[in-house]
Amino acid sequence: MVAVLLILIPLVTGLAGFFFKSEGLAKGWALLSSLATLVVVLIGLGMARDSAALHFDCAWLPELGSRFSVALDGLSLILTLLTAIVFPLIFISTWRDKYSKPWNFYALMLLSQAGLLGVFVATDALLFYFFWELALIPVYFLASQWGGERRIQATFKFFVYTFVGSLLMLIGIIWIYSHTPDHSFSIKSFYAMHNKISGKDQTWIFWLMFLAFAIKMPIWPLHTWQPDAYEQSPTAVTMVLSAVMVKMGVFGLIRWLAPVVPVGFWAWGDTVSTCCIIGMIYASLVAIKQDDLKRLVAYSSIAHMGLMALAVFATDANGMQGVMIQMFNHGINILGMWIVVDLIERQFGTRKISELGGLASKAPGLAILLMIVALANIALPLTNGFVGEFLLFSGVFSSAATHYNVVFTCVALLSVILAAVYTLNMIGKVFFGNTNALTSRGVDIKFNEKMVLAAIVVIIVFVGVYPKPVLELTKETANFLLTSMNYKP
Amino acid sequence: MMFSGIFTKSKTAIRNTAVLGLALLVIVNYADMAGYHVEIDTHKMLFFDTFGLLGNAIAFVSTLLLVLLSGRDMEKIGNNLAEYFALIFFVLCGVAIVTTFNTLLMLFLGIEIISIPLYILTGSDKRNLKSNEAALKYFLMGSFSTGLMLLGIAFLYGASTTGTFFIDDIWNQRPQVAPVFMAGLLLLLVSMAFKVSAAPFHFWTPDVYDGAPTVFTSFMATIVKVSIFVGFIRLFDEAFGSAQQTWQIFVALIAAATLFVGNITAVFQQSVKRMLAYSSIAQAGFMLLALLALNGIAKEGIILYAAAYSLATIGIFAILIRMKDYTFEGFNGLARKQPVLAATCTIFLLSLAGIPLTGGFFAKYYMLTSVIASGHYLWLVVFAVLCAAVSVYYYFRVIQAMYFKDGEGTTEREPSSGFKGLLVVLAALVILLGVFPQALLNQLSHFIYTW
Repeated sequence: MVAVLLILIPLVTGLAGFFFKSEGLAKGWALLSSLATLVVVLIGLGMARDSAALHFDCAWLPELGSRFSVALDGLSLILTLLTAIVFPLIFISTWRDKYSKPWNFYALMLLSQAGLLGVFVATDALLFYFFWELALIPVYFLASQWGGERRIQATFKFFVYTFVGSLLMLIGIIWIYSHTPDHSFSIKSFYAMHNKISGKDQTWIFWLMFLAFAIKMPIWPLHTWQPDAYEQSPTAVTMVLSAVMVKMGVFGLIRWLAPVVPVGFWAWGDTVSTCCIIGMIYASLVAIKQDDLKRLVAYSSIAHMGLMALAVFATDANGMQGVMIQMFNHGINILGMWIVVDLIERQFGTRKISELGGLASKAPGLAILLMIVALANIALPLTNGFVGEFLLFSGVFSSAATHYNVVFTCVALLSVILAAVYTLNMIGKVFFGNTNALTSRGVDIKFNEKMVLAAIVVIIVFVGVYPKPVLELTKETANFLLTSMNYKP
Repeated sequence: MMFSGIFTKSKTAIRNTAVLGLALLVIVNYADMAGYHVEIDTHKMLFFDTFGLLGNAIAFVSTLLLVLLSGRDMEKIGNNLAEYFALIFFVLCGVAIVTTFNTLLMLFLGIEIISIPLYILTGSDKRNLKSNEAALKYFLMGSFSTGLMLLGIAFLYGASTTGTFFIDDIWNQRPQVAPVFMAGLLLLLVSMAFKVSAAPFHFWTPDVYDGAPTVFTSFMATIVKVSIFVGFIRLFDEAFGSAQQTWQIFVALIAAATLFVGNITAVFQQSVKRMLAYSSIAQAGFMLLALLALNGIAKEGIILYAAAYSLATIGIFAILIRMKDYTFEGFNGLARKQPVLAATCTIFLLSLAGIPLTGGFFAKYYMLTSVIASGHYLWLVVFAVLCAAVSVYYYFRVIQAMYFKDGEGTTEREPSSGFKGLLVVLAALVILLGVFPQALLNQLSHFIYTW
């Protein structure tokens, strides 16, 4: 019931939201709906892990072997919690942004939330595919309608790229389904296939499904859609894309790919890991050179996601838990970065680092909060980023799946240093130094924006100092993964 | 119907007669499916099983919707309104024969009854040179292909052990395939592929679809194509089903060529009408996947594909007919002027592209599943999927023009609320098929395996 509510609330409120013709009403409605979703997730968190209310199963397409079945387990709870926290924060922090026909904007945002939540709770492969595509459509309309100058091409490239991946994933899903003994799409049947598909078949089935996830995360060299799409989308949409949507890729890896084709996973692990570390170094180097704030954060996102993918393929108990916790952390941290970018753009009308400077003296509140968020991105101890990255690196280093774990770890650690370079460089140029003509008129951020950033900082520090609740949440899923991938008896 | 033009000069009365006749057809067809027969002895030459009757049902309902949506636009084409409707009814007669034939002669008869009125309808805009050219092209190439079909039928007749036209007897448990049989089969394959505009036999389609008056293009691209596909599947399943290994590779190659040609050429079109013509070639490529697999899933899938594709295309063409400007730029900014039209058009386009929640998704899903379930030709599935991704480009061009570009796109005159209401109903049906495809398929599942 809880899981269904999670999808229903944003879906129904989103559809209703198209008919509100007043801006204030539309914003308030969206905020209320996202808060309601957050409450439902928190209730779900409080329940016992195997309580019946967390599952829901009903017949949908019996002839096709697909049921409408959704469930919340440790992994889904973390990601739905992330989504439920992110959306109200987005709505509050972008309260002052002006959109034409705002009721359509907020309705589409709620519909995209429904799609995203559906992806995370679906336990039926066809339903998972359904929601995977459905999360895409509102985002396409959002970015194409309210985005920057080159939005139509950038969003279209994003859409077609992702669509190709999804269709290939569909073929993989159908293939696995047609080989299940009970002709069903349910996740249990899929998990039961992991030692029934021959190793040879697993090697190419892996690619069919992995391409979709690789495009989503994105992993070098399939990342070219991302900087343009992030830059041209309205920042609220970029927040959704970066904080939540990319997690769909990692989630798919952990939930639907690794337990089902573990041999394929192991076989291609080295290749993919190499692509990941190349992507991490490449993206970090490019980020150092960026002048546009949005593109800088976009490239940093590629680097962080590359690390998560690397750890998934490392298949180590610590690494797996690290991935799950880092998904949550990265979502929160990058949201903080995007909020700052949005605030700067709204106030000064520019995103170019070269045109900004000395903001700290004019907006001290913003500067303080941003420092903490940025340090979390660099994974400084005491922040949640440190917890996640420590677990990730420990996982990669002690991985039993690959011979190159030391190499991978060392190269990946380089990217952490580079992250520090571009982040501190950006902060130095934008916030410290002298003010120029543009920024001397700057004022500090308003109360609601301070609140949002403060909330993020609180989460950063809390999880950084006391990550135990989150780790407890993910322990079970990590164990299950390793067992079904035959790394644990 | 034909003579109603003599009795009354009123266009509305003629149109209403047509609608009445179509409604009657739909009801009678449904009654037949439900079990109320009027026994007419056809000497076993026509066999009214559920598959054929469902094909009929889709054709009749689609024609009814077409006439309801675009009936008024037919009046602009020429003076002979009653004759146009009469020709449509003749085509439907041919459709009924092609979906339920049991002997090759009936197939030939049905195809001819479909084609000849279509030649006339293509050229019905007598003052337009393109229309005349289209009709001549269609007639010449169509007659040629029918000649090939007749030759193929003759070969099959000669190759059958007992000298028969009945499709279930043609194969007759022979241990190996005689060359004459193969020749006949290939000729039939070629001529049927021509009729459904499969590559490399599709060259007539863009010019004919573009030159014909748009209402009749809509009719040809949906109802005629879909019902000939039903007949196609019927033919190959009944007559050649046991010899699948021999001809599957040809169908696979034709399907791959069709998908490639249809999608790639559609990308470069400047006129939405021509783009839709090429898109219908691409959709035919997908339907050919069902022909390749020929299992239970394929037959269910072709029915679903027929329904989803017809509904979506009829809707889009109905909107296109009303537009002032048939190019992509002509759609610019339509969302502001006509929000209902733009929204329903988007749903139809999403269905054609195969986005989940629309009927088109499940249609494509069934096609892909049927080939994967057959176990071979996985390369074709991957290729089909890549082509589907290409198709997103040209379908979304229209959506982008409507919503994200500013322009003066508008219709020639304000569409009536009946028109808009019917479009909304069509869009709702498309979404219904996308969430509960069983609504249509439950009818079929009971009977399909006893066929």
